[in-house]
Amino acid sequence: MSSKQSDRREFLKRSVALASGLGLGAATQPVLGQLPGPEAHQHGTDEIVAYGKRSRFVTSVRIPHGGRHSPDTFGLDFHIAAPLQDSVGVITPSSLHYMGTTRGSFIPDIDPDKHHLMIHGMVDNPLVFTMADLKRMPSVTRLHFIECAGNRSSSRMTTVQETHGMTSCAEWTGVLLSTLLKEAGVHEGADWIVAEGVEEVKGASSLPMTKAMDDCLVCYAMNGEAVRPQQGFPLRLLVPGFEGIFNVKWLRRIKVVDQYYMTYNDYGHLTQDPANAALGYQIGPKSVITYPSGGQQLPGHGFYEVSGLAWSGGGAVSRVEVSTDGGRTWVDAEIRGTAHPMAHTRFTFQWNWDGTECELQSRCTDDVGQVQPSRAQVAEFWNIPAGQPFSVKGQDNSIQPWRVASDGSVHNAIA
Amino acid sequence: MRLLKHVAALSLLPLLLGVTAQAQSPTYGVGRAPTEVEVRAWDIAISPTGEELPVGSGTVDKGSELYLSKACAGCHGTTGSGGIAPRLVKDDVGPDVDPWRFGRVLPIRSPYATTVWDFINRAMPLGQEGTLTPDEVYSLTAYLLFLNDVIADGTVLDEKSLPLIEMPNRDNWAQVPDWFPRQPRLQGYPY
Repeated sequence: MSSKQSDRREFLKRSVALASGLGLGAATQPVLGQLPGPEAHQHGTDEIVAYGKRSRFVTSVRIPHGGRHSPDTFGLDFHIAAPLQDSVGVITPSSLHYMGTTRGSFIPDIDPDKHHLMIHGMVDNPLVFTMADLKRMPSVTRLHFIECAGNRSSSRMTTVQETHGMTSCAEWTGVLLSTLLKEAGVHEGADWIVAEGVEEVKGASSLPMTKAMDDCLVCYAMNGEAVRPQQGFPLRLLVPGFEGIFNVKWLRRIKVVDQYYMTYNDYGHLTQDPANAALGYQIGPKSVITYPSGGQQLPGHGFYEVSGLAWSGGGAVSRVEVSTDGGRTWVDAEIRGTAHPMAHTRFTFQWNWDGTECELQSRCTDDVGQVQPSRAQVAEFWNIPAGQPFSVKGQDNSIQPWRVASDGSVHNAIA
Repeated sequence: MRLLKHVAALSLLPLLLGVTAQAQSPTYGVGRAPTEVEVRAWDIAISPTGEELPVGSGTVDKGSELYLSKACAGCHGTTGSGGIAPRLVKDDVGPDVDPWRFGRVLPIRSPYATTVWDFINRAMPLGQEGTLTPDEVYSLTAYLLFLNDVIADGTVLDEKSLPLIEMPNRDNWAQVPDWFPRQPRLQGYPY
């Protein structure tokens, strides 16, 4: 660049600065050259530089669930619910992901360099993998929800965190269990696996080989980083669409076997009722409106984007409908983005509230044709007389009604 | 020549009979074989047929002593109920009662005695898991089964007799259904 051109550029820059300064000065008279900024600043810290932190103004947190405090007096964590009322999109941040343990558990503090996964039993080649071994294997990354069997709404609950907070969705990365089982060479007649963790209870679950070979994942990562300790660091099993307890955390062993083992976790599902047994396995089609939801307050009538989550253990969500009149009429909601199999799916609905009392509901249909029922439909199917209290068989996937009062307050409308 | 043909036919025989004599070979060759010691140390889930049970034995009497000395009573109550932990004994209404009448009382409701043994072995006592010897687990299992009128006083339990115990719920529970991908969770149930 010649010096003549450089001089000319400097001249132009000064002219612009002078002109804009004068212009602003005429209107607001700030100190020359300053623009309005935030009122306060945060000085950088090594900690926040290393691993970011959310704003101190964002206070959404998990809460203990099911009437037992976590941690309890011994320091055991039992059930902790995610703040779905604040959720956006479909990913639950790892710090807010719900968690459950078999009977209350200390969270294992595992050195991944010393962790192993053993696959043995009815196989040709029993195998032990280190974490480094597993990360060499072909991997997949998939969105999947996990939901606790205890995620059951009742009239005593107020917020969607209490009624539905025992479900979450993350992006999981790991090796397909089928890849590992094929590597080991499963014998004919080996119709079951037992998957077992390393925590002090050593929680173990029996799973059918058909599921193990279909879509189960042995996961070492969630949401772009290592699986969190509460979620099973360094390794957990993901059993897409099955009740939470099957998703064995701190996974160290898979035994290939020829029978249902009736482990303690399996015993928790024990029932005399074949329908209950079937409905307490794969999770049904389910949805809930997260905004507006119980305990929230609408500032007044007018436009709102109603928003919620839908999911199914049977496949992908194919349709979500919303009712604003307590289930008398239904309108299709918009499914946001791609509906992934066995994953939370965000839906929205454009709503103009006229300011009168009304009842909001959502209803999910999945791509194997199952439809989320109302409690009344469940009662009718099982011939339960009207008015008689009952518990939805198996996993409760019934419709959640929210009543919006004329003052804009939102309430759980389960009778 | 004829002989060679015969040999070839014989070597094909296992295939024709559907016998896969040859082991499946790994595709990736990652990982190593566990040692027998490693497998034995971790192979703790006990099947209903009991093949993983370690050699050992125990009695009701020893179990009743251990129930106190191992502090089981502190959480489960001195009589197996009334503590802060789940109850371990049915209401005292004698034998031949429906095990579904009670809550989730493991040593009466479980279809298999192996589940009782397995859970004591893997998960008890709270905070000291893995400290009980096999003999102690056999004794505690015997004591709890005695309290629930499943076995008689004086019964000796070991790795052979435990899986043979006829629990009252042995056949009185709903089997989990066969699972297949992309199927509704219960045929005929639209929800």
